[in-house]
Amino acid sequence: MNKEYNYGFLDEGSKKAIRRALLKAVSIPGYQVPFGSRELPIGRGWGTGGLQITLSILGDDDILKVIDQGSDDSVNAVSIRKFVTACTDVETTTDSEEATVIQSRHRIPETPLRNDQILVLQVPTPEPLRHVEPLESVTRKMHAEMDYSAVWLALYEDIVRVGEIEQGADYPVMVEDRYIMNPSPIPRFDNPKLHMSEALYLFGAGREKKIYAVPPYTKVESLGFEDFPFKIENMEGRKCHLCGAENVFMDEFFDAATGTKMYQCSDSGYCMKRRSEGMNHEE
Amino acid sequence: MAYVAVTGGREAVEKSIELLSKYRTGGESQVEIEAIQERMGLLIDRIMSEAGFYAPEYAALALKQSEGSLEEAVFLLRAYRSTLARSWYSKPISTEDMTIHRRISAAFKDIVGGQFLGATYDYTHRLLDFSIMDETQEDVKKIKEKWQSMQEEAEPIKVPRVSDVLREEGVISCGKKEEELEDITLDPITFPAPRSARLQTITRGETGYVNGLAYAGIRGFGQSHPTVGELRTGDVEIIIDYPMAEGEELYVGSIVCTEVESFFSEESQEESQEETNELKLGIGYGLVFGRNDNKAISMSILDYILCSEGDGILNNQEFVLLHGDCLEMSGFISHLKLPHYVTFQSKLDRVRSTAKKEEPEHE
Repeated sequence: MNKEYNYGFLDEGSKKAIRRALLKAVSIPGYQVPFGSRELPIGRGWGTGGLQITLSILGDDDILKVIDQGSDDSVNAVSIRKFVTACTDVETTTDSEEATVIQSRHRIPETPLRNDQILVLQVPTPEPLRHVEPLESVTRKMHAEMDYSAVWLALYEDIVRVGEIEQGADYPVMVEDRYIMNPSPIPRFDNPKLHMSEALYLFGAGREKKIYAVPPYTKVESLGFEDFPFKIENMEGRKCHLCGAENVFMDEFFDAATGTKMYQCSDSGYCMKRRSEGMNHEE
Repeated sequence: MAYVAVTGGREAVEKSIELLSKYRTGGESQVEIEAIQERMGLLIDRIMSEAGFYAPEYAALALKQSEGSLEEAVFLLRAYRSTLARSWYSKPISTEDMTIHRRISAAFKDIVGGQFLGATYDYTHRLLDFSIMDETQEDVKKIKEKWQSMQEEAEPIKVPRVSDVLREEGVISCGKKEEELEDITLDPITFPAPRSARLQTITRGETGYVNGLAYAGIRGFGQSHPTVGELRTGDVEIIIDYPMAEGEELYVGSIVCTEVESFFSEESQEESQEETNELKLGIGYGLVFGRNDNKAISMSILDYILCSEGDGILNNQEFVLLHGDCLEMSGFISHLKLPHYVTFQSKLDRVRSTAKKEEPEHE
């Protein structure tokens, strides 16, 4: 641990202020709590919201996993893990089942999370109403009054124009029938994992200075219409070329040598674990 | 099997950081911190201003560390500052007590206390000076000696404010006084934002952004053309309440800053008995760290526009105040370089599902 900086980099007062915002967020599921976001040595927009949460809740007994796009070895995950271990003494792991705190960008691990685990998600755009209303002062009011007609209308207009809802990842959800919330840019494939989950989900947006939460056993529904229900990405017929997994979220890529399209588990920790247990593509 | 983008990340990051040190140490000459601090003063001022952290030596270090990248240097200072506990708030600074380096007014030819050009590039002809290309220690020494002797004779200059005279005359409209001051470094800005939060945000704003918006404001997207009532640059003292003894004060140091008051004519808000309203002078206020005339003037313009009612783009607090922070703008733009495999896959899924189902027709 680098002794020139405080444990968890931030000073104790800042960490306490963030934990206070977290308590409020947990008490009002899906509600965006403004907080005095601090500057970190990592780029604004590169996970500073998630990172401030992680730094504020970590203790010596925690085991941390950091993933970016599902991968433990992605450049930004490496950078964040390196930073957290430099200013705390926590152990790190790539095994999602071993971790007590998982900081993630754009994915929820494939293995269901337990009640003693916390998933911290990095959020670029916390406001689900931003694309229908640019002003923060107005969107706050819309949330307060539960005035969500513009969001529903936007979804409907998509269907009329292109026969499909355009939103890919970061697909909005309704939390406990009260707040519409952006689940951060996780694929729609991961949205159902938020519903009645055993784990606590914390969302941090550093640049936008917002914190929100989905506590365990919370009702989380992806927006949809009776005759046009919510759909996850189509992963049918896709098989991981490394571990042979099916029905998980796959990265699609083209073999650099042959140009053939291939699939691979986006959750690298999950894939690695399967392979270490002897599973491979041939089985 | 070539799938390098998400494997070997750790090693790639480490090597990339190592490579930076090669770039930073290019050529044969050493760059000393003192040289950057003393000779690149205006750059240092700009960095401290955007960082909201007055620390010339650390600003020089940040520049050395980042190959002179302004946004990286601002970033380094801000990140460092966020680890420091805030132990005291200084007492309000009285810029009337400023020791003047430069003071001008575009409103009056003669002002109480006089005008002082100080050091300004305004009247230089922008011709490359090839004579300093090979400047020697001896050349520099001569310049220093000349100024040394003059400085010893000079009296410190303190002058009253230009706007005081007009205020006495009663032609200046008085704004509302805010009792509680915000601190945007501790609490998030909320809207409508009080003036204290607006001024703090603009003074830390990215210089180009602040100048660009103010330019738009006076060119056609704002109210009117201001008159720079007074621009002053100089040293001001920072004083705190002495923590050990009540009622006593402690001088903790001095900083250089530039202050501007701009005058705009406006309709008086007071009820008038006459058929038409009176005109009054409204004031826009700017204060920035260091010597930076333009940013201080621009700040005063934006302050005035944000204080006035209107439905122009620059009257929109959220538009003006949320997009000018150096760290936030460069952070969010640069994050686009991060892998977006998952979100792109999700987008691709939508695009594919709307693709025309029928076979393409052949002609």
